[in-house]
Amino acid sequence: MDTQSLTGGFADAPVEAARAFRAALQAMARPGRIEAIAGATPPAPLSPAAGTLLLTLADAETPVHLAPSHDRPALRDWLTFHTGAPLVGPGEAVFAVGAWAALQPLDAYRIGVPDYPDRSATLIVEMEGLSALRARLTGPGIKDVAALSLPDIAAFQRNALLFPLGLDFYFTAGDRLAALPRTTKVEAD
Amino acid sequence: MTDLNQYNFAYLDEQTKRMIRRALLKALAIPGYQVPFASREMPMPYGWGTGGVQVSAACLTPEDRFKVIDQGADDTTNAVSIRKFFERTAGVETTERTAEATVIQTRHRIPEEPLGEGQILVYQVPIPEPLRFLEPRETETRKMHALEEYGLMHVKLYEDIARHGKIATSYAYPVKVQGRYVMDPSPIPKFDNPKMEMAAIQLFGAGREQRIYAVPPYTSVVSLDFEDHPFEASKVDQPCALCGAGDTYLDEVIMDDEGGRMFVCSDTDYCATRRAEGHLGALGVPAEDSAA
Repeated sequence: MDTQSLTGGFADAPVEAARAFRAALQAMARPGRIEAIAGATPPAPLSPAAGTLLLTLADAETPVHLAPSHDRPALRDWLTFHTGAPLVGPGEAVFAVGAWAALQPLDAYRIGVPDYPDRSATLIVEMEGLSALRARLTGPGIKDVAALSLPDIAAFQRNALLFPLGLDFYFTAGDRLAALPRTTKVEAD
Repeated sequence: MTDLNQYNFAYLDEQTKRMIRRALLKALAIPGYQVPFASREMPMPYGWGTGGVQVSAACLTPEDRFKVIDQGADDTTNAVSIRKFFERTAGVETTERTAEATVIQTRHRIPEEPLGEGQILVYQVPIPEPLRFLEPRETETRKMHALEEYGLMHVKLYEDIARHGKIATSYAYPVKVQGRYVMDPSPIPKFDNPKMEMAAIQLFGAGREQRIYAVPPYTSVVSLDFEDHPFEASKVDQPCALCGAGDTYLDEVIMDDEGGRMFVCSDTDYCATRRAEGHLGALGVPAEDSAA
């Protein structure tokens, strides 16, 4: 473990986590809306947005899966030091983080059970950028229609069919984040 | 006395807030489904809004303006205590004006003024399970939600009609969220049910029962009914005696021991704003006189 693992956390955890959570809450409540989120400076390749989200939500109670794109010693050390989250395989993960291709296959993650659909994984998908292009989104949280540059269409359509089970997604790029819960209907634009 | 350093920001410790925040996000992802959470002891008794207070504590940022209402009123004991609690532990600004608030914690009402996109409405919930009075076993009600087996609720509403000629349920009137989960809207009057399709985020916290649930903005919230007995958002058929509003939910106030009574807006901020604008009901006095 080098000293880089010990830095890059929240300077004022209660307040920075509160602001970061508000961005995460707004994003999940309004699918497709792109929010600014900042506070953490994690080691590469983790984006500041994904790092901040993990510091806000992950702790010793939430196993995290690092997809191959992000499974680096520096990142393992950083996450372990700042959150205490156990690092696990996809089948036990509450949160999984990585590039879209590295997170596949999606059926490796927990989608909840009929009695407890909340016991499902949240995937944090690292993106090159986020924009209101490509996919048309409708459903709860969206007034008429929203748009977001999703990495795939069919995978999210299959996920929505599982409702009330299914996965929930955050998309992160730099200091921006957007979300796609299992309720959102996705169509190619 | 108000040294913020005595408390962590917004009272709760960070691990508790993370646990509540994770529950809130799953609640938004599965609208109307009750997410179990490890409710904490709060420095107030169960039944005084401990669920709502924990949800508010997990949501507040230092930039927020916080409003608390109890049956629509800003000036009742419960509302004043919770407002003071967060003034002291989170240092947030508080307000009584609905339009100026960013987070509103409520007990048993939705404000009359429509809420906007920048606002979050936090409900205090006593019994989150709409099927609880029909089926006391949690294992059974959980299975009923999983199987979308809500026939029992319709039997209950039908029995209302058989006995009273109409659906007599007047508060905590069950709703179906986004065509899937039947949800208890908390004990708001059924007059408020149609307002639940709104632009703001709605979060529900039940402290004693350890459940959190949510309704995202622009989500379908349908009050259960029958084709021949459609849902009706009823209220007293009178205007407010103070501000003259004909479209607000009214409280009955007993005036004397000879049957004298008046009906006034339960939303105190809405009523006061209307009176300040010059609206006057049958028993109202102009705003400047009542302030003196």
